[in-house]
Amino acid sequence: MFDSLSDKLDLLFKKLRGQGVMTEDNIKDALREVRMVLLEADVNFKVVKDFVERVRERAIGSQVLQSLSPGQQVIKIVHEELVALMGGGEDNSLDLAAKPPVAIMMVGLQGAGKTTTCGKLAKFLKGQRRRPLLVPADVYRPAAIEQLKTLGRQLSLEVFDARADQDPVDICREALRYAGLSGFDTVIFDTAGRHQIDDFLMNELARIKEVVEPREILFVADAMTGQEAVNVAAGFNERLDITGVVLTKLDGDAKGGAALSIRAVTGRPVKFVGLGEKLDALEVFYADRLVSRILGMGDVLTLVEKAQSVFDEKEAVRLQQKLKKSQFDLEDFRSQLQQIKKMGSLESLMGMIPGMGKAMKQLQGAQPSEKELKRIEAIIDSMTRDERADHSIINGSRRLRIAKGSGTTVQEVNQLLKRFSEAQRVMKQLQKLGPKGLMKGMGRKMLPF
Amino acid sequence: MSVEKKGFFKGLMDKLSGAEAPTASGESQPAPPPGETKPGFFERLKQGLSKTHESLIGRIDTLVLGKKEIDADTLEELEEILITADIGVQTTVELIRTLEQRMKRKELQDGDALKAALKEEILARLSRHAAPLDTDTASPYVIMVIGVNGVGKTTTIGKLASRFTTAGKKVLLVAGDTFRAAAAEQLEIWGKRADADVVRHQEGADPSAVVFDGCRAAVARKSDILIIDTAGRLHTKVNLMEEMKKVRRVLGREIPGAPHETLLVLDAATGQNAISQTRLFKEAAEVSGLVLTKLDGTAKGGIIVAVSNEFDLPVRYIGVGEGVDDLREFEPTQFVEALFQ
Repeated sequence: MFDSLSDKLDLLFKKLRGQGVMTEDNIKDALREVRMVLLEADVNFKVVKDFVERVRERAIGSQVLQSLSPGQQVIKIVHEELVALMGGGEDNSLDLAAKPPVAIMMVGLQGAGKTTTCGKLAKFLKGQRRRPLLVPADVYRPAAIEQLKTLGRQLSLEVFDARADQDPVDICREALRYAGLSGFDTVIFDTAGRHQIDDFLMNELARIKEVVEPREILFVADAMTGQEAVNVAAGFNERLDITGVVLTKLDGDAKGGAALSIRAVTGRPVKFVGLGEKLDALEVFYADRLVSRILGMGDVLTLVEKAQSVFDEKEAVRLQQKLKKSQFDLEDFRSQLQQIKKMGSLESLMGMIPGMGKAMKQLQGAQPSEKELKRIEAIIDSMTRDERADHSIINGSRRLRIAKGSGTTVQEVNQLLKRFSEAQRVMKQLQKLGPKGLMKGMGRKMLPF
Repeated sequence: MSVEKKGFFKGLMDKLSGAEAPTASGESQPAPPPGETKPGFFERLKQGLSKTHESLIGRIDTLVLGKKEIDADTLEELEEILITADIGVQTTVELIRTLEQRMKRKELQDGDALKAALKEEILARLSRHAAPLDTDTASPYVIMVIGVNGVGKTTTIGKLASRFTTAGKKVLLVAGDTFRAAAAEQLEIWGKRADADVVRHQEGADPSAVVFDGCRAAVARKSDILIIDTAGRLHTKVNLMEEMKKVRRVLGREIPGAPHETLLVLDAATGQNAISQTRLFKEAAEVSGLVLTKLDGTAKGGIIVAVSNEFDLPVRYIGVGEGVDDLREFEPTQFVEALFQ
């Protein structure tokens, strides 16, 4: 993978130190880097070209600000322009202001994640006290109807009863009527995946649209899509005039540059992002976060939110109390480890911290790996409750037993105990320094932003 | 909304409508505030983008048109064209270096020679590993199919099964995707179509347990080929990758040498991320072959050139549709022709 854009640019601008104004000449290389980063993030080449042109115009002749390095300044311009391109700040909420039942149509290529997103969206709407009906209109893929029905059962939501031998347009028409009669206020139509050049199936979508008059037509797109995103999005938008985009599978390491291409070609806002396979892994889209991700600037906000969502509030308060009384023991240490693990892989977490991408490379091997964490957990698991509460009682024979029980060596047990004692000491010192901001902020609300 | 249509946007429009003039001269007007002009901007961009679905060869033609000599600038632009065909940064740089060397040896005198040389180089990289799957080397021959979510694993397995049963083999399918709703049902339908038995458990069961049963059944029923479906997983999810490793361990324990083939399924529309996918799947599961799916759309699957080249992996099959027969053996020559169309 590549280092972050800001590192690259800083390097390029080192030789320019002392120059007050950016000129055509001295930003040429920088713009090339910008271009490569965007291309590597799968942003369509035409979008990139026009975008770089725009950045060039803004950058040339602009004064280098005192507080920023030229590299940072280009980054700032790039960041601002990208956020603007992604429609940062504009309203991207779901528009359901119509006479119920309001219809939402989900469309997209095969495997983009339409059915799963239908389930997530239904859960999201249920959370907003709406009463959604799920309608399976995919009669082509084997067991697609069954998949939506299963999701419906998991969510305790009704799924319209359709069969694979029915015409999708008929299913949709009947479902809408049924929804009206049965008091559903929202209807989500899960359509079959199709290529935008498949005339027959695209016609079918157009007919469904005519019949159900959807308030929202959401184009579901895989974040890993490459240059092709432009053709697909254009194809769907031309035929259906989509109202928004859902970007799925953003929980991987794809940069998601396809979102920029789709936005550029359709002008429609990204409304949601899919961040996992579980049904609650749907989030409202924020332009600035995606842009930071593309530029490799880290994603602190997502990290903080992730931390907030998995850290148990009560647990945090309990830990804080223990910290105050300097009673932090191995048991607490383990529960902290478990909470960290819930947030995902360490590597992906590190990637969200600005500047860590590069630091990680240097640290390769130095930081505790996923495996090491597991061993640490195993060691703590092999201790008795008394030992966890007070590790000073762990003598030689106990160490041997713990090592055997956890499949590790006495050295590893020693190392863990040593590290833990150190950590404990540091915490005591922090307490003395004044626990006000630091631990409180960490425990209850993570960071203050 | 959009009143301002000068400056940047006008230039943009001109550029998109054909005339490629990448100089910024004469556009000294400050760019209008983005909020006011977005619709105009998108309108134009949209027109430009959808008007010409520019092909690889089209762009290369434009690039070399009228050039008597190929110079460094041309190669630099070619580099960008290749990257944007999803061919990947590393492979592109490698291709350009080779072309540079050939240029120095005066082999590339004009545009046509450049095009021919490029095709040749890409073909060479794809053919290096071209190899059909030989399922006669073991019985039961175990194929494990892996990949990220939604690339078409189950569909590919259905088509594979049908290929093998048509060839007179006895095929057993294992529904190792116990996570996604109705994944096993999907595989069962394919099994019926292909006339292959399916071993499945309840949803949420341990995939390793299903695979264990599948192995036992395959041996007991004397199946020729055992195909393992797995749940889609993003390559960055450590726990899911571990689960997959466990499935492999169970396979190896129950049937010596299994899995004999581990197929990684890639979606033709995927961009640079396919490289990351392949790297991590290969690390975790010793991928031995690739399948490229969804080539029936407009996606050309350029990324397969990068993946096959960077990881020394053969492309075994390509998927060109949703029908049972829409799985073909990979033919490098045909593929490169299509890529350049």
